Amino acid sequence: MKAPPFAYVRATGHEHLFALLAEHGDDARILAGGQSLVAALNLRLSEPRLLVDITRLQDPGVTFDGHTLTIGALVRHAEIARHPLIREHAPLLHQAAQHVAHPAIRNRGTFGGSLALNDPAAEYPACMVALGATLRLRSAGGTRQVPAAAFFQGVYTTVLRPGEILEAAEIRAAPAARSVFLELARRHGDYAMVGLAAHRTPEALHLVFMAVGDGPTAAPHAAAASPRGLAAAQEALAQDLRCSGDTQASPATRLHLARVLLGRALHQVQA
Amino acid sequence: MTLSLETDIALTVNGAPVRARVQARTHLVDFLRDELGLTGSHAGCEHGVCGACTIRVDGLAVRGCLVLAASLDGSTVDTIEGLHDSGAIADLQEHFHVRNALQCGFCTAGMLVSAHELLQSDPTPTRDAIRAHMSGNYCRCTGYQAIVDAIEATARARHPA
Repeated sequence: MKAPPFAYVRATGHEHLFALLAEHGDDARILAGGQSLVAALNLRLSEPRLLVDITRLQDPGVTFDGHTLTIGALVRHAEIARHPLIREHAPLLHQAAQHVAHPAIRNRGTFGGSLALNDPAAEYPACMVALGATLRLRSAGGTRQVPAAAFFQGVYTTVLRPGEILEAAEIRAAPAARSVFLELARRHGDYAMVGLAAHRTPEALHLVFMAVGDGPTAAPHAAAASPRGLAAAQEALAQDLRCSGDTQASPATRLHLARVLLGRALHQVQA
Repeated sequence: MTLSLETDIALTVNGAPVRARVQARTHLVDFLRDELGLTGSHAGCEHGVCGACTIRVDGLAVRGCLVLAASLDGSTVDTIEGLHDSGAIADLQEHFHVRNALQCGFCTAGMLVSAHELLQSDPTPTRDAIRAHMSGNYCRCTGYQAIVDAIEATARARHPA
């Protein structure tokens, strides 16, 4: 199908962007990599009057100050997948990026676009929650920081306000941590049936599932039961997940697959 | 501010400068086919699933159906026509032919662009790596074996063990 008519403006700077968003409100949509938005436009699932292209805005890129890894919202998936600082300081994210769609989509789609969309089957939201990342939001009024666990609010929903954009994610390095990202999909790069971001620090085990419900879903019961063994953790997982069913998998199948991933992940982060 | 449904762009397509006024809603493949007559790029599913529209923008393989022409001011686009004329993928095309790695040909331009990118970043990929990289390109004729064969044969011919 073909997209409905809309106007296109390339934001030349943040002031220009915020002025456009203030003027057009709900009629405007932000265009970054466009790998979800243009598909939705072509399917006529979205009919904005204006697209505001933010890809030429200044972006923080990927930096590390000795303690905190900062990743700009406009960094593309392919860059996330191969950047040496991410591989070293956020190996969970490095692993997850290999699962984000297909190479040609990874060349174009952005880190921030995926986070701001919060597709229930997206990899990065689960990683941000598991890593305890902080998201930096920017509007005409300034910036604010929101913990990842509070940022994601359900299917395609976040705490972003009208006129506000996601600028960057900040991740505190955890040198002693072990982490693993696992995902099951029918075809490599397709939407996951189930995914798991597992991050073990000396203090705690963080388990966050994706594609099981309405967004990143933490599994504290399974994590708490894990010292008693794998079977106990897998049993407890039923208290954490309220799996949804769709054409790919029934709720029971999803829970089973989530337990399979939990088993694989615990073997790896505890080994 | 009055909103215009059209945008002026200046870009480079297969080495030649192009100036055009495009509807903002027009994706790259429709622009290439309808405005420039470059019909080697195919629009299949038009929502990023099938890979038939895979094309090079600024040196990287992208989904042509998920890129708006309006957003490409200042960009460089290389289509299958440009890649063919440059000779850069002549051996890959020959191996697709010899191995019978196409039947109807609808997916082939996208297959070649994806395979070309793989062989640039990983000159001697394993068959598993070929399959993983090509996972975003559907073929409904060949069953993929011949496509994997053709890519592998090209890599071996370029880099004999």
